[in-house]
Amino acid sequence: MGFIPAWGEQNKVRRTGIKTIQSVFWKMKGECRVLSGDRGASFEELATPLLRPLYNFARWLTRDTHEAEDLVQEAFARALKGFSGFQPGTNFRAWMFRIVRNTFLSSRSNVAIHVSVEEEGGEDLLPPDPYTPESILMKAGLQQRIQAAIERLPLAYREALLLCDVEEMRYQEIAALIGVPVGTVMSRISRARKLLRGMLAEDGLRIES
Amino acid sequence: MNCDLWQDKFDAFVDMELSSAETRDFEEHLRGCPACSAEALARQRLKSQTRLAGQRFEPSAEFERRIIPSSAPKRAGWRWMPALVAAAAALLLVLGGLSWRQRTVERQLVSQLVDQHVASMASVNPVDVVSTDAHTVKPWFQGKVPFSVDIPDLHDTQFTLLGGRIEYFQQSPAAQLIFAVRQHRISVFIFREVGETAALGEQTAPIRKAGFQTQSWTEDGIRYFAISDVNAQDVRQLCDLLKRRS
Repeated sequence: MGFIPAWGEQNKVRRTGIKTIQSVFWKMKGECRVLSGDRGASFEELATPLLRPLYNFARWLTRDTHEAEDLVQEAFARALKGFSGFQPGTNFRAWMFRIVRNTFLSSRSNVAIHVSVEEEGGEDLLPPDPYTPESILMKAGLQQRIQAAIERLPLAYREALLLCDVEEMRYQEIAALIGVPVGTVMSRISRARKLLRGMLAEDGLRIES
Repeated sequence: MNCDLWQDKFDAFVDMELSSAETRDFEEHLRGCPACSAEALARQRLKSQTRLAGQRFEPSAEFERRIIPSSAPKRAGWRWMPALVAAAAALLLVLGGLSWRQRTVERQLVSQLVDQHVASMASVNPVDVVSTDAHTVKPWFQGKVPFSVDIPDLHDTQFTLLGGRIEYFQQSPAAQLIFAVRQHRISVFIFREVGETAALGEQTAPIRKAGFQTQSWTEDGIRYFAISDVNAQDVRQLCDLLKRRS
């Protein structure tokens, strides 16, 4: 568990000559820090800026603050453990998002992430909205309505849409992250937006040019 | 206007996923087609609104400090503090990770047991050995499960033994006893404790899980798990009888 110490206040980048050791504790003058071998940056340097987006994503997946915190914490622990296997130069951000997602899925064996009807072009049924009382919706602005609508999206559509629109990932990136063909990503995003517009229209809102 | 040609391309267009040739052709079409042009703008607007709406949740300062201690307020002159805080945080992270995994495992085990309970309740033949007599049920399990199944004396209690069955749980045989109390059924699963099943914990009173009252404990390496839709007091009473049996 080394990345925490390196987040000390004097977190200068320390490049090291130790080529073979991927990550070691370095104790010096009462300081601990992680050395990251010859890779460009240490885990903490890479992961710190991702905490907020990862938490946001985790919170959307779990729909619960505490579960999101547990999920991010576990994902960080897993990522740190697997960091030696991470290939420098590859997409660290996508790697972290994939770990959050996999951690989430492994925590819930009953999560239905695959939408069986989608490839057949069946109609999507939305679950009833247990999260947003109508009284809130009445007062809510466009942002709140979109948020409530995203919350109601089936998980497979929700994650694809968030990765595309919020994280601005390419279809190819999302496909690799989720482990489905690019065409499936396209159809999920497309259906997510269709459902979103449908829900907003139900609310009497229309997104117009 | 060949609008049909472009109907499937709007999303890829606003996501900038069209090839440069396709983008050029599409833009050319948009210039000449007010309807598609309006549609493209609406989609673009939905995308940017979704982007804003999607950036909704921020980690609490406390949580951020837990994951990234350097964001905690610093105290001058305590040069060893960061290391200490860091070590504590690292420990927390490990423990937190462990407890999360523990809870995950527990949730999975409970959901399997709930499924088995529900399935046996729905079954036409919920029990393999139908008997209210402990002296019939106990020997029936011999040789079928690698432990002895003791059944409490239910005389003068509100409980009736309905029978037992063999289930497979975590790849090993488990005994399932089914008791009746009024119109309700209580399943008690009994199996050898193997590594992961320790996540079920030790309870002295029922806790509500997945809509059922459940109580679990171990005795000499044997795990007991009681589950029912009846009230907590009745589950607890039966569990106490099981623990007290001779």
